[in-house]
Amino acid sequence: MTDPCATRDRTRSPALEMVAVTKVYGRGPTEVRALTDVSLTVGRGELVAVMGPSGCGKSTLLHLAGGLEDPTAGAIRVDGLDVPAMTAAERASLRRTEVGYVFQRLNLVPSLTALENVMLPLELEGVGRRESRDRAREALAAVGLTEQLDRYPDDFSGGQQQRIAVARALVGERRLILADEPTGALDTLTGDQVVELLAELPARRGTAVVLVTHEPRYASWADRVVFLRDGRVVDEADAGAPPVGTAVGSAP
Amino acid sequence: MAVREGLMALLVDEPRHGYQLKTAFEAATGGVWRLNVGQVYSTLDRLHRDGLVAVDDTGEQKRYALTDSGRDALGAWWRATPADDPPPRDELQLKVLLAVEQGPEHALDVITRQRTALTRALQRHRRAQREAAGDASLSAQLVTDALVVRAEADLRWLDLCESRILRARQGRAPSNGGSP
Repeated sequence: MTDPCATRDRTRSPALEMVAVTKVYGRGPTEVRALTDVSLTVGRGELVAVMGPSGCGKSTLLHLAGGLEDPTAGAIRVDGLDVPAMTAAERASLRRTEVGYVFQRLNLVPSLTALENVMLPLELEGVGRRESRDRAREALAAVGLTEQLDRYPDDFSGGQQQRIAVARALVGERRLILADEPTGALDTLTGDQVVELLAELPARRGTAVVLVTHEPRYASWADRVVFLRDGRVVDEADAGAPPVGTAVGSAP
Repeated sequence: MAVREGLMALLVDEPRHGYQLKTAFEAATGGVWRLNVGQVYSTLDRLHRDGLVAVDDTGEQKRYALTDSGRDALGAWWRATPADDPPPRDELQLKVLLAVEQGPEHALDVITRQRTALTRALQRHRRAQREAAGDASLSAQLVTDALVVRAEADLRWLDLCESRILRARQGRAPSNGGSP
């Protein structure tokens, strides 16, 4: 992959940096402002939850962070890389090597085994089959799956399928995992386990996670919870801040 | 409040001393519900007065046993469910309802502030849970779950308030052409 940001320093740049990002869909009377002046920095190993009502801009934020869409204004850097400046091919590579995804469902390819699903991003990136298999096994072990890896996704429970999805999002040297309502199809305790996994595993590997959820239960696993409303960040709950009633952000 | 019933429940299988009851009660409630000995004995005295508990004072310490009417009373308590009361009136509710009277922007500000504070309380419970990882007793886990779920309920209610206020505001200014 060519490097659009020659000066980037992989050891120092945050996993995700969004600076004054605005996203507008359409023009004139049908114009919709999905995000307005949103700034968000996610450090290595940090889990940040994004909450807000439907239409607040949560999904747009994830799409922009993953290079699926371009911002109307503002800067987006993943691991120091200027994402909007990348070509389509570079973005595709970015999504296989640096950014992992976990969705509510449809995470896995049903015709591939658990192991093959996790090997997929590596093989697409040109990693050899043997090495892909070893690294996939290692990622699956990290999420607690060591047996029956030659079974197909349908043979696993919903919670196990999400574990496989997390393994696939982690495999390789990912800097950033984007998780969009990954607990949506799970019962409460299984959902807790998946979010706990997202909170602990990536932190140990220095991978950052952005978790979009509408469930306060799951958001509370995060180091920081960012609240969006009408496309703006209205507040932030920081678990590390002193425990006084000191609201940080100011409403627009 | 439910200390009476709690002590009776702990007497179902065998008679016990007052102090044994105190420690058993505290263990069963995950260590978050402390009783002082005086409270235990005054409750036992009332249970005795009402004929729900019998006292055996032949030994060094008094031993308490559940009577038949005590068993009946306890059975009735297990079967009783929360009555169909009017919704609880708490301060958070009152604050948001009054804020709405002052206009949507003020209400949204109040919601934001309360929600952030509650979210941070949830985050603190999580941290405690993670630090206790595996060591917590089942009863301690259940107690933490209760705290978490109550905070969740308040947060869900605040989310609903926010959505309804935004929808009502949009209804008044129908220029916005749908959301992405």
